[in-house]
Amino acid sequence: MTTLLMSDKTATVRRAPAAGGAARVNRPRDTNSHRVIRRRQLFAWLFIAPAIVYVAIFFGYPIVNNLTMSFQDFTTTTFYTGEAPWVGFDNYVSVVSSALFARLSVNTAVFTILSLAVTFVIGMLLALFFNAHFKLSGLLRSLILLPWLLPLIISAAVWRRMMDEGSGILNQILSSVGIGSVPWLTNPDVALFSIIIVNVWIGIPFTMVILYGGLQEIPTEYYEAASLDGATGWNSFRYITWPLLRPVVAVVLILGFVYTIRVLDIILALTGGGPANSTQTYATQAYQLSFVDFKFGVGAALSNILIVVSLLVAALQLRTSRRSNDLAG
Amino acid sequence: MTSTSLTSAPLSSAPLRSAPLKSPRRKSNVRMNLRTVFGVVMIAVFLFPVYWMINSSLQGNENLLETQWFPFELSLEGYQQAIESQLGNLITSLVIAVGAVIVCLAIAAPAAYGLSRTNIRLPGSNTFLVLLLITQMVPGIVIANGLFPLYNDLGLVNSYPGLILANASHGIPFCILLIRAFMMNIPSSLIEAARIDGAGELRIFVSIVLPISRNALVTAAVFAFLFAWSDFLFALTLTTDSSVVPITLSMYQFIGAHTQSWAALMATAALASIPAAFLLVVAQRYIAAGVTGGAVK
Repeated sequence: MTTLLMSDKTATVRRAPAAGGAARVNRPRDTNSHRVIRRRQLFAWLFIAPAIVYVAIFFGYPIVNNLTMSFQDFTTTTFYTGEAPWVGFDNYVSVVSSALFARLSVNTAVFTILSLAVTFVIGMLLALFFNAHFKLSGLLRSLILLPWLLPLIISAAVWRRMMDEGSGILNQILSSVGIGSVPWLTNPDVALFSIIIVNVWIGIPFTMVILYGGLQEIPTEYYEAASLDGATGWNSFRYITWPLLRPVVAVVLILGFVYTIRVLDIILALTGGGPANSTQTYATQAYQLSFVDFKFGVGAALSNILIVVSLLVAALQLRTSRRSNDLAG
Repeated sequence: MTSTSLTSAPLSSAPLRSAPLKSPRRKSNVRMNLRTVFGVVMIAVFLFPVYWMINSSLQGNENLLETQWFPFELSLEGYQQAIESQLGNLITSLVIAVGAVIVCLAIAAPAAYGLSRTNIRLPGSNTFLVLLLITQMVPGIVIANGLFPLYNDLGLVNSYPGLILANASHGIPFCILLIRAFMMNIPSSLIEAARIDGAGELRIFVSIVLPISRNALVTAAVFAFLFAWSDFLFALTLTTDSSVVPITLSMYQFIGAHTQSWAALMATAALASIPAAFLLVVAQRYIAAGVTGGAVK
C-alpha cells in the first residue's frame, strides 16, 4: 500500500503542470471553455461526492464525536436518558491520574518501540537477502506475505496454541534442548515480550515488501561504480543503499509506528491485557473502558491520547527524516 | 572494470579453497543455489506457525496434551467440529465481506475516476487525497468508540448493514488510491473521443472507464474482501449480543471459552485462512496486470 502512496505523490507532482497546460491551450480556442470546464468539474465532484459523504460519516464524525464525548460524562445511561453532562477535563484527569496510567505508558512504549525495531532489522535483512535474484526467490518472497494476509485473530490463535505453557510446541522444543518451559503468556514479566514476538512475526512481511521495493529502485550502476572504487558489502550498504533508501525507511518507520501503537486484536486474543495488566496498552485499555466498563467518556479521552501520541510521533519522525535528508544532500 | 574484477576474484579466493579453481560463473551459480537453500530453510521456519495450524487441525482432540510433529493419525474430527459449530459464523463473515466489497467498489470506483482526470483542475481534490491518507493513520478504536453512539441511535448495532458499512471503511481509502493510480493511465483522448461521439458522463464512466479498469477493480475488490473478512474490531465493538457474529469474533470467544479443543480451533483458523491463501495465489497475477496496465492500447 505504501508503494501506492509514494507513486501517488510523484503522480500529483507530475499532474500540476499538465493541468495548467491543458487549461492554457483550451482557453483561446473555445469560447465556451469556461462553462465546459465548470460542467466537467461539477461532474467530477458528483463522482467523488459519495466518497466524501462516506469519509465524513465513517472517519470525520467518529473523530469529532470522540472529541466531544471525552469532555462528557458519557455512559450506558446516556443511551436511555440522552443526557451526557459536560465535565470539562475530568475524563482526562481520571485517565492520567489512574494508578494504571504509568504502567500503560511504559507497556505501550516498550511494545511499540521494541516491535518496530526488531521488525525493521529483520525486514531489512530479508529485503537485502531477496534483493539478489536466485532460484525460487519470487516464490519465497510471495510466501512471506502469508502472515500479513491472515486475519490477526487467526495468527493470534495459532500463536496462543504454540505458546501454551503445558502443551505448546515452543515449550516442547525448548524442553527437548534442555532449557525448560517458559510461561509465555501467563507470567507478567514474560507476556509483553511474547506479544512482541507475535507482533514482529506479523509485521515482517509488510516491512520487508516495502523495503524490497525501495531496494529494487536503486540503479545497479551505482553499485557497479562503487565496486570499482572498492566499496562492497558493508561499505556499499552504508554509502549507497542506506542514503538512497532513507525516504522508504522513513515511510516504513512512520507507518509501522502508527500501525503498531494501535494494535488491539493480537493483545486481546493472546492475553486480554493480562496477566495483572502486564500487556495492557493505551489501545486495549481504551477498549476496556468503553466497551467493557461502558465509560465511553473516559474511553474517548484515552483513545484521544492515543491518537495525539501517534500523530505527534509520526510528525516528529517525518521532520527528523526530512532534516536528515536535507543534510544528506 | 570488468577485467580487474574478473582477474582479481579467482586469485583472491583461490588460496582459501582446496577445491580446484572454478570458473566465476560456476561459482556464482553455487552461491545462488546456497542462497536458495538458505532462503527455503528461512521461509520454512518463518511459516512454521502456518504449518502448525494445519498440522494441529488434522489431529483429533484425544491427544490433548501434546500435538505430534506430523498428523500420523489423521483425524478430521477438528474440521467436523469446526463446521458444526462455526459454519454459521463463516457464512456471516462471507455475507458481510461481500457486502463490504460492493459498498467499497460502489463508492471507490466513481471517486477514483473523478480524482483521476488530470486535464480538469479540481481545487480541493488534493486536500481530499491527503485526508484519505490520514484516515489510514487513525486508530480503529477511535472510530469504533466515536461510531458506537451513532450506531446505537440509528439501530445499526447488531445488524448486517451496520457491519457492512463499517467494514467498508477498512478498504475505501485504499481502493480509491489503488483504482485512481490505474485510471490516471487511461488516456484523455479515449474519453474525449467518446465525448465527441455524444456519450454522456455517466455513459463514459460505465461503458468505457470501468471495463478498461477491470484489473484494478478486481484487485481492489479482493483486498476489500480480505480487509472486511479480517475485521475483528468492529465485530467486537458494534455488536452486543449474539445475533450477528462473524468468524473472527466467534474465534475470539472460542479462545476464551474452551481452549481445550485445540483441533477444532485450529481447524476453524485453517478454514478462515482460505481467503488469504486464495488471494496470495490469485491476486498476484492481477496486481502484476494492474501495474503493467496492458488493457490500454
